[in-house]
Amino acid sequence: MTLNADPNSSADKDASYNFAYLDEQTKRMIRRALLKAVAIPGYQVPFAAREMPMPYGWGTGGVQVTAACLTPDDCLKVIDQGADDTTNAVSIRSFFEKTAAVKTTENTAEASIIQTRHRIPETPLNENQILVYQVPIPEPLRFLEPRETETRKMHALAEYGLMHVKLYEDISQHGHIATAYAYPVEVENRYIMDPSPIPKFDNPKMNNSPALQLFGAGREQRIYAIPPYCQVQSLDFDDYPFNRLRAPQSCEVCGSENSYLDEMIVDDAGGRMFVCSDTDYCSRRQAGQDAEPEVGQ
Amino acid sequence: MTALFSAKSITKKYGRQIGCEDVSFDVYAGEVLGIVGESGSGKSTLLNCISGQIGFDSGSVHFDMRDRGFCDMATLSEPERRFLARTDMAFVHQNPRDGLRMAVSAGGNIGERLMNIGARHYGDIRATASEWMSRVELSTNRIDDRPFAFSGGMQQRLQIARNLVTAPRLIFMDEPTGGLDVSVQARLLDLLRGLVQELGLAVIIVTHDLAVVRMLADRMMVMQQGRVVEEGLADQVLDDPQHAYSQLLVSSVLQV
Repeated sequence: MTLNADPNSSADKDASYNFAYLDEQTKRMIRRALLKAVAIPGYQVPFAAREMPMPYGWGTGGVQVTAACLTPDDCLKVIDQGADDTTNAVSIRSFFEKTAAVKTTENTAEASIIQTRHRIPETPLNENQILVYQVPIPEPLRFLEPRETETRKMHALAEYGLMHVKLYEDISQHGHIATAYAYPVEVENRYIMDPSPIPKFDNPKMNNSPALQLFGAGREQRIYAIPPYCQVQSLDFDDYPFNRLRAPQSCEVCGSENSYLDEMIVDDAGGRMFVCSDTDYCSRRQAGQDAEPEVGQ
Repeated sequence: MTALFSAKSITKKYGRQIGCEDVSFDVYAGEVLGIVGESGSGKSTLLNCISGQIGFDSGSVHFDMRDRGFCDMATLSEPERRFLARTDMAFVHQNPRDGLRMAVSAGGNIGERLMNIGARHYGDIRATASEWMSRVELSTNRIDDRPFAFSGGMQQRLQIARNLVTAPRLIFMDEPTGGLDVSVQARLLDLLRGLVQELGLAVIIVTHDLAVVRMLADRMMVMQQGRVVEEGLADQVLDDPQHAYSQLLVSSVLQV
């Protein structure tokens, strides 16, 4: 996270922007929050989120975290629901191309910082990568306990019975834990954390991940983190254990049987097809460059 | 025999107004203490003070804890106090909406205290919830209904089940029968009396309804303007009130 002495050295950079859009004091403030978040895995650190030139809900938190982490040598990848080519991903990528002039890529293995909305890439991450999540609602207890003062106290005292009440309600209504995304996790046997709305299929990838995982919530002004090689456990009941949810089909484009699939409606007659939600993974498999990842990675 | 719960010289003032002043009493295991008085006499303030819902200005509250014996509640840390409030103590609110989670099913409401103290087996939690529903005379096939689908009396019984599921030794009740019609009130009182005797609970119950005290309480205190004006065995105070205000209170009950 160190900056070059002269951040304006890069030749094709628009001089009317500070490197990576935010001013240096703001980046410093965000980095301090990030350091605290890394020091206390899963703890929500308040930070003074700035107005960004995009609406709340479009990833203002993730963009600020990315801006604070970017160096001119970084290679940035942005995904939205696994795809590199959707509006949110394209606009955030071009935002950083314009304001930081960093290299961008769609290749997961090549990227040093990956900003994501609602997915973790299928390709396993490594120690040199940072995964930045866009978080809409950082508080996992929000819809159970509306008072912020009370939820903070519950985190402080590790009173997490209420989280299981939510799972209990799922089972009593649906016969199984029906929460399919934003599935609550316990980090390092201490804090309960909302992993942002990633499918619960991706939850096991957070456990013991070699990459640094950072979470930014702009509207709610919270940053939290999972440092590399942390224990991340999905909550469950003894008699209703956590299970990964995946459509039983295989990808109709690349044939993958292990990746997370999107269901696409293709006509008005109920026709549908299942394709990988991770577009980079899917296209690389089509080009024959990637083997299937091990099951249950 | 030492007391289970003891309050000494509890005083709470709201500015120059007296909430309650210099109230002391002991409650023993299995005993029901009724606190009566007119509106504004400080009985709810007293209950909130001794149950830890609000702070008080002077005095002390002691509780006989399972692991460390009789100790001053003020010396406990906040996690310990909160843990105690979820396990060995319980608070039944006058309005069940204050004590229930209205968006959570009946089973989830009862199971919450169990999950709070670490129950992680769905089948066991559900079985316990179902057992408690039948103990408070709620039909077990309504276990997945939310409390707002219940009548007022049923909500109150659900609140009682939710509080009793961790087998507390002391229960605070604030007008548990307020707002219920007389026949529902009678059934609820009957149920409470049964549970109190069966489980050997100590109860501190605040009410303005003397019939509730007559039916449930072993001992009672009469409060007026924040002070205790008379205390004694419930039947004794009700049949032979000594203080002028107690006499007024007893004679004000309408006879049918």
